[in-house]
Amino acid sequence: MVRIADVFQSVLTYAIPLMVVALAGMFSERSGVINISLEGTMIMGAFTGILFIHTMQRTDLMSGHLLLLTGLLISMVTGILYSSLHAIAAINMFADQTISGTALNIFAPAFAVFVARSIIGVQQIPLGNVFRIAKVPVLAEIPILGPLFFENAYLTTYIGIAILIISQIVLSKTRFGLRLKSAGEYPQATDAAGVSVVKMRYAGVLISGALAGLGGLIYVVPISTEFSPDVAGYGFLAIAVMIFGQWKPLYIAAAAFFFGALKTISFSYSSLPVIKDWNIPGIVYKVLPYVITIIVLFLTSKKSAAPAALGEPFDKGKR
Amino acid sequence: MNNLKRKRFSLTPALPSLISILIGLLAGIIVIVIADSSKALLAVRNLLLGPLYGIYNPNQSSLTGIGNMLFFMIPLLMTGLSVGFAFKTGLFNIGASGQFMAGSYVAILLARKLTGIPNSWRWLVALAGAALAGMLLASIAGILKAFRNVNEVITSIMLNYTSMYLVNHLIRATGLYDPLKNRTLPVQTEIPKFGLDKLFPKSFVSGGILIAIVIAIICYVLLYKTTFGFELRAVGLNRHASRYAGINEKRSIIMSMALAGLFAGMAGGMIHLAGVGRAIQVRDVLPPEGFDGIAVALLGLNHPLGIIFASLFMAYLKVGGQTIQTLGFAPEIINMMIGIILYVSAMAVLIRKLLSIRAKKQSETKALGNSDGELYAVHDPPDPGATAAAEKLPPESEDSTNMAISAVQEEIEEDKHG
Repeated sequence: MVRIADVFQSVLTYAIPLMVVALAGMFSERSGVINISLEGTMIMGAFTGILFIHTMQRTDLMSGHLLLLTGLLISMVTGILYSSLHAIAAINMFADQTISGTALNIFAPAFAVFVARSIIGVQQIPLGNVFRIAKVPVLAEIPILGPLFFENAYLTTYIGIAILIISQIVLSKTRFGLRLKSAGEYPQATDAAGVSVVKMRYAGVLISGALAGLGGLIYVVPISTEFSPDVAGYGFLAIAVMIFGQWKPLYIAAAAFFFGALKTISFSYSSLPVIKDWNIPGIVYKVLPYVITIIVLFLTSKKSAAPAALGEPFDKGKR
Repeated sequence: MNNLKRKRFSLTPALPSLISILIGLLAGIIVIVIADSSKALLAVRNLLLGPLYGIYNPNQSSLTGIGNMLFFMIPLLMTGLSVGFAFKTGLFNIGASGQFMAGSYVAILLARKLTGIPNSWRWLVALAGAALAGMLLASIAGILKAFRNVNEVITSIMLNYTSMYLVNHLIRATGLYDPLKNRTLPVQTEIPKFGLDKLFPKSFVSGGILIAIVIAIICYVLLYKTTFGFELRAVGLNRHASRYAGINEKRSIIMSMALAGLFAGMAGGMIHLAGVGRAIQVRDVLPPEGFDGIAVALLGLNHPLGIIFASLFMAYLKVGGQTIQTLGFAPEIINMMIGIILYVSAMAVLIRKLLSIRAKKQSETKALGNSDGELYAVHDPPDPGATAAAEKLPPESEDSTNMAISAVQEEIEEDKHG
């Protein structure tokens, strides 16, 4: 018998990384820079984070949640460094943002495989999966919510939820968030108001890099015991989540949860009680997230919520 | 007029590509040296000369090496054409991977199932089917772009994954699956070699390369010598202006995307009908050929004839990557180099812009005297001193242009003296 709580936890392990990476994409796009290099940034972040965790676990220098937190920090820094390449190309060099993003996507897995093979000899990095929290004390006793959120949980889930709340507040309540959004909507007006568009866009892309790097590690830690430099297209799926969530944090969270549920169903539809009886082939659940995104794009195209100046390099001299 | 003619025969447009290639190669060599300096010299030699002289296998003649290179060139040329052709209409076909996958599947399906058709021309039907599959898939993105202005990049990414999961599912559902090797069953049907196997003995070479080159030439004629191609390029330059000029811009967008898909679908068909035992691996990974195509198209300046050379170069790199694998270097180094080349050529737009601005400025200063030339110097400063100075200025430019100019001049003067 499958417990609802188990299914819910499984949904969360897929939804949280999707949400964090989709929020990463949102910060970049809200500032006006297209970022399709999320996939590559995730791989880079996951790679360095896991390489660190692997090394520490082998040498017993660090363990427990301190190790996980340090790993997350390393992933974030890696993400920031890697996305700064995109920022330089897109903001300073007026490069085509899609092409520079594609370049970063091609480079990242090749780099990770090459370095892993040079250091460890094989491209798979083993990872001791010791970060699961069986029961959070006190909180797990809460009826209904307890088993859903506080059993068999990962610290990364709470970090993801915290990122969601902070993103929502930053984007809608702070001066920085409003300026960031204005750089993506009408950079000329932002500039006229005395706010540096270049700085805002840098901030957007670098935050995006930090979150995507973090998202890469969050994606790998709960679901696998080794990392072969690859995040299975999650970076691209996150773009779908971002569009489905209309570039708004709370909608993105809902979309990520929905896509996470579809992922869970596509992996285990044959053992889920009600769904098993529908007799829908698994392939439907696999392609549904992508097909739905295309349909949403088709329906909302007339009043798109995408930032108005998305993908346009900012040229001060242009009127 | 004189100017235009001279430009046509110069290498200047290819300069950014050559610079990116040089930087990419240099980065690759540096990585090789860092990874294992003891074998670095041999590795670099094999990387650069291996594909040509058959160092990979001493018993091999250099013709075999070149034949292999021509084989690897097929998917690169076709996906490069796919991406480059769409680029000409201002569309970014990042969906070549999905179209490639769809084409591969349909080619294998038809080659194995159409046993009623004689083997000698079954390949033609299979190849046509592959082309059609790629075309249909890409048309979805084209139609959404034309009628609802949906960003074709996002649609193509979504279609990539849809195509990948569907193909992996259909391989099993249509009985093409080989569970032992986790890939599709072998295909006997192959494109005729047109005598190329005599010319390049013991190599993978396939007649597909001739078809691909012919298609590239047709592309060139279509784009540059026909009204249809002119319309495609006009839409790429300015969609709205084209509409006012009476061009059916919706039709152009759909046709451009459809043809781009056709080429990518054919790429998949050609590689699986080449008679070298290629099969679709049933993994949830997009085929890399589509992304390689982006790099090829950019290096080839989105020009069909340029793309022929770019794909030959990339095939040379790929074979070079295999020759250093025997020395213990991961072949991923080639993809790293491709990534770097692509990154630099993305910025090449800037290099090109700077080159053209400089040329423009020189001619305009000559024609109009100093005042206009000075204005250009403030907005698009070609020399680094002026760039630095201009960036320090406050943003309100319109009213204070004159002040800004004098400020820049003062700073430059100061730089010179101090």
